[in-house]
Amino acid sequence: MSGHASSYEPTSRWGKWWDERLPIARLMHGSFVAFPTPRNLNYLWTFGGILMFCLVAQIVTGIILAMHYNPSDVAAFNSIEHIRRDVNYGWMMRNLHAVGASMFFIAVYIHIFRGLYYGSYKAPREVLWILGVTILLVMMATAFLGYTLPWGQMSFWGVTVITNLFSALDTVWDGLGTGVVEWLWGGYAVSGVTLNRFFSLHYLLPFVLTGIVILHVWALHVAGQNNPTGLDIKEPSEYVPMHPYATSKDVVGLFAFLLLFAYFAFFLPDYLGHADNYIEANPLVTPPHIVPEWYFLPFYAILRAFTGSFLGIPLGSYAKLSGVVAMFASVIILAFAPWLDTSRVRSSKYRPVYKWFFWLFAFTCVALGYLGAKPAEGIYTTMAQIFTVLYFAHFLVIMPYVGLRETPNTLPRSINEAVLGNGGGALPVGAAAAPETR
Amino acid sequence: MSIRLTSTIAAALTAAFVPTAAIAAGGGPEIARQEWPFSGVGGQFDKAQLQRGFQVYKEVCASCHGMKRLYFRNLVQPGGPEFPEEAVKALAEKWPNQIPELNDSGEAAVTTKDKDGKTNGFKYVSRAPKLSDPILGPYANDAAARANQNGALPPDLTLIAKARGVERDPNPLIHPFLMLSDIVRGYQEGGADYTHALLTGYVEAPSDVKVNDGMYYNTAYPGRQLAMPPPLADGAVAYQDGTEPTLNNYSRDVTAFLSWAADPSHDQRKRIGWQVMLYLLVTTALLYLGKQRIWSKIEH
Repeated sequence: MSGHASSYEPTSRWGKWWDERLPIARLMHGSFVAFPTPRNLNYLWTFGGILMFCLVAQIVTGIILAMHYNPSDVAAFNSIEHIRRDVNYGWMMRNLHAVGASMFFIAVYIHIFRGLYYGSYKAPREVLWILGVTILLVMMATAFLGYTLPWGQMSFWGVTVITNLFSALDTVWDGLGTGVVEWLWGGYAVSGVTLNRFFSLHYLLPFVLTGIVILHVWALHVAGQNNPTGLDIKEPSEYVPMHPYATSKDVVGLFAFLLLFAYFAFFLPDYLGHADNYIEANPLVTPPHIVPEWYFLPFYAILRAFTGSFLGIPLGSYAKLSGVVAMFASVIILAFAPWLDTSRVRSSKYRPVYKWFFWLFAFTCVALGYLGAKPAEGIYTTMAQIFTVLYFAHFLVIMPYVGLRETPNTLPRSINEAVLGNGGGALPVGAAAAPETR
Repeated sequence: MSIRLTSTIAAALTAAFVPTAAIAAGGGPEIARQEWPFSGVGGQFDKAQLQRGFQVYKEVCASCHGMKRLYFRNLVQPGGPEFPEEAVKALAEKWPNQIPELNDSGEAAVTTKDKDGKTNGFKYVSRAPKLSDPILGPYANDAAARANQNGALPPDLTLIAKARGVERDPNPLIHPFLMLSDIVRGYQEGGADYTHALLTGYVEAPSDVKVNDGMYYNTAYPGRQLAMPPPLADGAVAYQDGTEPTLNNYSRDVTAFLSWAADPSHDQRKRIGWQVMLYLLVTTALLYLGKQRIWSKIEH
């Protein structure tokens, strides 16, 4: 697909002048107008564009908020109230930014699950996928840093809990963890110094994110898009040009998504947040339940699943470290999916067994999210431990094992056949042209 | 119409799936949901109620609690109680604000010293409060408040309606339906429901509960023992507009006022929200038709 010739023909003299010097219009035309897209993409493929919108919207609203925000421990909370109350439409910018973070995560999780279902991580899209996992990690860091900025009770105690995780490194090398934590804090406790640097990094990371997104899109345009059948493109008639076909569908998806976005931003701006964050940060009063934002809850549940013992296995002094390692591993393991999945069929549509495990995995993530919001005690901890095992088992056992053992359904010969329904039936089992059967 | 219809459907759904008792499961205090004029996706504040609510705040709550993020000018602005400007100016002038003098860095750290040269307090501006001043409580600072309140600190009330919520711990199986129903209804009034439950929640303690000295038994308060004495009682405030002078009305009115104080752009937000939703709905429909037309030329 990288080899497709650009059909860009500058018509004006101005356009020709530029095309000989900096062919940026040609690049854009090749990447977003003439770019060949599979003709059978469904609405789940509109989330790439939606995410692009989310990133730009967060940067724009964020820059406006930064004009009125004061990143100091004495003034931060008041400056958010100043934005809500006194800045013209400040309440709207603030709601769009806070709700926007949640919407960004809704979109990114749908995007990731779409990739997992249709096998978009498999060759030749491994690098594309790993860049995506990197984007997720940077997004999470950005969101975490941003949640600090209102300097409410949940901001303060969330930072305290999460930064303290690094103190688990003390079990590896005495003093290492404490050193790292103090280095992160810029002192011996979470303070205004921490807030200053978190603000600085919160402003920096979205631009780092933009850079990785450019690489992600580049890798996508080299490997080409996957599609619901998971089949490789075989002939040009299976493509349609991105514009107007994919673009017309993308805008429908985007606007439908904006309906949800606006509904929350205007009618439920605080639904996804926590009431305690309307109380100014107070190092002397700990809230009864410290919970992260909803999009971190599954990972938080995995972290807290490692108590003194894990499903009967005593962890001793390694409890905290195991939890921290498991939490980071739960994201990073995604990057290994291309090699953990042994099936040669991409799309779960044609994988009768794996399909069920996919939905079990989706349920596992939701269940972990539910448990992350509950106090870490009793039955909740046991359930969190069971679902943590299921989470990792999906990658380490199900993906390799089911891929080897499962007999996939017969694949259509081509995208055209899947779409048009002609072509006289599927290939016989064992035919050389059908590597998915064995 | 659509708002009413959606909330009716949501209510019916909830009723179908959720046994009422489940809402209070988990052992927390039970907080009943109230119908507020500002409830849901279409609700707006009732100006007369906000005015009565401010009266309750001024005559009762203000003797201990300040609202330092609310300014006298806010009482005049659209979407609030909308008192006449002259009346608020006169009100501000008589408000017992102690406005601390600011040093060069804008901090309230200019101190006064006694004859031995020891710091004995902050220096205050000696002028009458203006429209541009915050509505402060009677105490100069937290320490002074605690000294006067038996060690308890009366919290600032500006954000109290947003800083409190109703914790729910339903059965995990009905949890998604409850969430969905709250989202469809646009339920954001947890703080108001809690505030009203607290103000009306003072009862005789059960015989097996020992209430500590200087504490009061309250069914809505976590832990059930609260340092604030029951602030409201029937007839405590004389309403001018013929509203029944009952505890329940005082509590509802002051809660509405506090809800507005925590979210002064509320009415404008929901109004613009409907315009945005309408625009997005129409645009989505048009874009969909356009997409259908473009794709009608190829099978997919």
